[in-house]
Amino acid sequence: MTTRAPGAPLPRRALAAVALLAFAVVAVWAASRLWSTDVPGDLPQPAVDPAETFGETALDEAKSFETFLRVSAVLSQVALLATLGLYAFRGARFVRESAAGPIGTGFLLGMLGLAIAWLVQLPFLIADTWWLRHHDVIEAGYVEAIVGDLAGLAETFLFVCFALLIAMGLARFVRERWWLPAGVAFVALFAGLNYVAPYLLFGLDPATPALKRQAVELARAEGLDDDVPVEIMPVREELSQPNAFAFGLGATRRIVIFDTLAEDFPAREVRATLAHEVAHHARDHIAKGIGWFAVVILPTALIVAFATRRRGGMAVPEAVPLALFVVVALNVVTMPLQNAASRRYEAEADWTALQATRDPKAVEDLWRDFTLRALADPDPPGWWHVLYDTHPSGVERVEMARAWAQLNGHR
Amino acid sequence: MSIAPHPIQIRVRDPSLQRNRWTVAFRLILAIPQLIWWCFWSLGMALLLPVAWIATLILGRLPDWAHEVYERYVRFNVHLGAYIALAANDWPGFIGDRGYAVDVDIAPPARQNRWTVAFRLVLWLPPYLLASLLGFWAGGGGGGGSDVGASSDPDGWDVGTSIVGGGGGGLLTLVAVLAWFAILVKGSMPRGFRDVVVFCLGYSAQVAGYLALLTGRYPNSTPALSHPAAMPPHPVTAALDDDRRRSRLTTFFRALLVVPHLVWLVLWGIVVVLAAIANWFATLAMGRSPEPLHRFLAAYVRYYAHVLAFLFLATNPFPGFVGQEGGYPFDVRIAPPARQHRAKTLFRVILVIPASMVSSALASVRFAAAIGGWFAGVFTARMPEGLRDLSAWATRYDAQVMSYLLLLTDRYPDSAPTLEVGEREREPEPLHPPQPAAATVWEPPSPDWGRGPEAIR
Repeated sequence: MTTRAPGAPLPRRALAAVALLAFAVVAVWAASRLWSTDVPGDLPQPAVDPAETFGETALDEAKSFETFLRVSAVLSQVALLATLGLYAFRGARFVRESAAGPIGTGFLLGMLGLAIAWLVQLPFLIADTWWLRHHDVIEAGYVEAIVGDLAGLAETFLFVCFALLIAMGLARFVRERWWLPAGVAFVALFAGLNYVAPYLLFGLDPATPALKRQAVELARAEGLDDDVPVEIMPVREELSQPNAFAFGLGATRRIVIFDTLAEDFPAREVRATLAHEVAHHARDHIAKGIGWFAVVILPTALIVAFATRRRGGMAVPEAVPLALFVVVALNVVTMPLQNAASRRYEAEADWTALQATRDPKAVEDLWRDFTLRALADPDPPGWWHVLYDTHPSGVERVEMARAWAQLNGHR
Repeated sequence: MSIAPHPIQIRVRDPSLQRNRWTVAFRLILAIPQLIWWCFWSLGMALLLPVAWIATLILGRLPDWAHEVYERYVRFNVHLGAYIALAANDWPGFIGDRGYAVDVDIAPPARQNRWTVAFRLVLWLPPYLLASLLGFWAGGGGGGGSDVGASSDPDGWDVGTSIVGGGGGGLLTLVAVLAWFAILVKGSMPRGFRDVVVFCLGYSAQVAGYLALLTGRYPNSTPALSHPAAMPPHPVTAALDDDRRRSRLTTFFRALLVVPHLVWLVLWGIVVVLAAIANWFATLAMGRSPEPLHRFLAAYVRYYAHVLAFLFLATNPFPGFVGQEGGYPFDVRIAPPARQHRAKTLFRVILVIPASMVSSALASVRFAAAIGGWFAGVFTARMPEGLRDLSAWATRYDAQVMSYLLLLTDRYPDSAPTLEVGEREREPEPLHPPQPAAATVWEPPSPDWGRGPEAIR
């Protein structure tokens, strides 16, 4: 056994362990800060009977509808992981199809991995399209669905190439420590994308003056100093499902409401929707999402750096297939955590909307109508809810509306 | 490069480029008698085709009498097309006799695979589409061309592919129109244009002959089959080193895999525009392009050519992002800066317009070739020689056009359908070249997709 002389430098491994420990402590602290919300922890839990609230027939139909999509999603994910797992071992052979340098070849290997995964998942896409068409949820044909998905794949290619440019470029300069500056760069990139996202969405219609006035009033009620622009997305030709979302950061923040919601739902429910989306901005959920991304991406980059060491590290293209698999696998593993955080923020937005509108009846009606129109299962199986759901279930949302009413003396 | 001979072979008996300005000026009017005769003959050929088809199905070969009639008809089409498109100077005869300035040799009748005879019309469609883009423009025929030999085209422009009908296209038309102006000014046919016309007519003759059952060999669109003259030394040249093997996976996703390259091309292109403006001022002032700007712009042109070659399946491997010379199977070489004529520099943007028009027409041809090549690549893992060579030719021409526009050279782009560079001129073809024995050469269809590595230069 050797002992370290007094005053001698700490071994590299010990230093690395200390740094990792410090990093883990910071990550846990950051996660705990991000986890907290304004929703009271001691809310009453009024009983909600799904059959009574949503109707027996609608409940059965939603369950049947979602069961098919759940099976398809799980099988598709298994196929994705199996394909990328195989590609991690065999994908390096595609190096011979490239005349580009190491980083360019890395691009090719990254794109081919995703292309193969897309091909493997294509049957599930077709099956889902058939199912959605069968239930009149979408109007798009099969070719349209595939072409649309291919366009999405092209976008993914661009992101992957950009990510590989950062990772492989840094790996060539700072060797195995690339993960730290790359992680920071990914977070900056993610934040930048969130900032510019509203500029990348075209074809929106302006909201009605009444809706704009409501948005101003709700923003004040929820503590925002600035207004949040509201726009309408015309989707009726392709889609029957209602939806709305908030995006953008600071000066670019926006709220978008589908015309299938803005035009078809009662005014009180549209106002409740608006209150929910304004709350996402008022409670900084987009910024917090970037925080969660940082908490997840830095360890992910570290694990990728560790996993690809035996393949020569991220500086060589042969490591890209394995890196792709590790990133996707880690995404699957951390998905329950990311989804849990998302559900908490959605619950906080629901709660803030209740506080702002003080209209629990409208909120409860909104979630009931929304669930029925979207053919969503209001009471999904627990495993699905934990692993995949990014929003509270219909039952949970109605429960919260009734709890708020109970606490505030509404009937 | 070794090219398998084709049973329908275009020949240039008279390589002279001199043209009589008067007959060129009134070329279309002078051709009216032949055009009228061609309409009647085409109708007769169309009516005869079902009879010839049934006879070939029964006998396994086209009867001698039908072969003779169709051979003369195809030859007459080539003569008339060459005359109208200015590839020949002399007024052509009416019965498709051998010996015209631009002629076609057709092998004697040979046995044909009955299956390919039975499905000839379907098999003929892909080369027909390509021939439409190469051939004369049908003048807004609105999807015409399905009526074999009975083109409703009122102005008779659909000569080169007459039996093939009309529909789309325009490379031949465009080149003929540009050549018309050039001849009126210079009194001679530009060599590159002549060879483009000869190639287009040669391919159209193959396509027409295939439909007319003159041969069972599938049309081959490689320009080398028309034996164009070598391109005179040019500051911008290209070489292709490709074995025609294609990865099915990268071929299938080719259009998506090129997306990062397209983004990079656009981003780099923004800087290139600024550099080109600076280069224009510098070249005007100094009489030559400054070395650093020349190097920067040349790298962009090479990169642009690499991306086009990859996208349109002239090559297999994924290209790099820096346009490195010698780093890709489709290699563009650009000579160092040389003195340039200041007047040509001053009016470069205007001077490049005709070349850009040819480039656009070639781009349509290349796109069609890539579509066909995509199917072949995905299903057979090989790129057909003819389609690859078309794509390579169009890409080389594009590189020359862009080099001309960016002031890397003041030599005008050369439209010759070849990558070969040298002093070799087209020599007169023998009037009656020796015909190989039918049994050894004119075997029924063997789409030349299975041969070994080769390089065209």
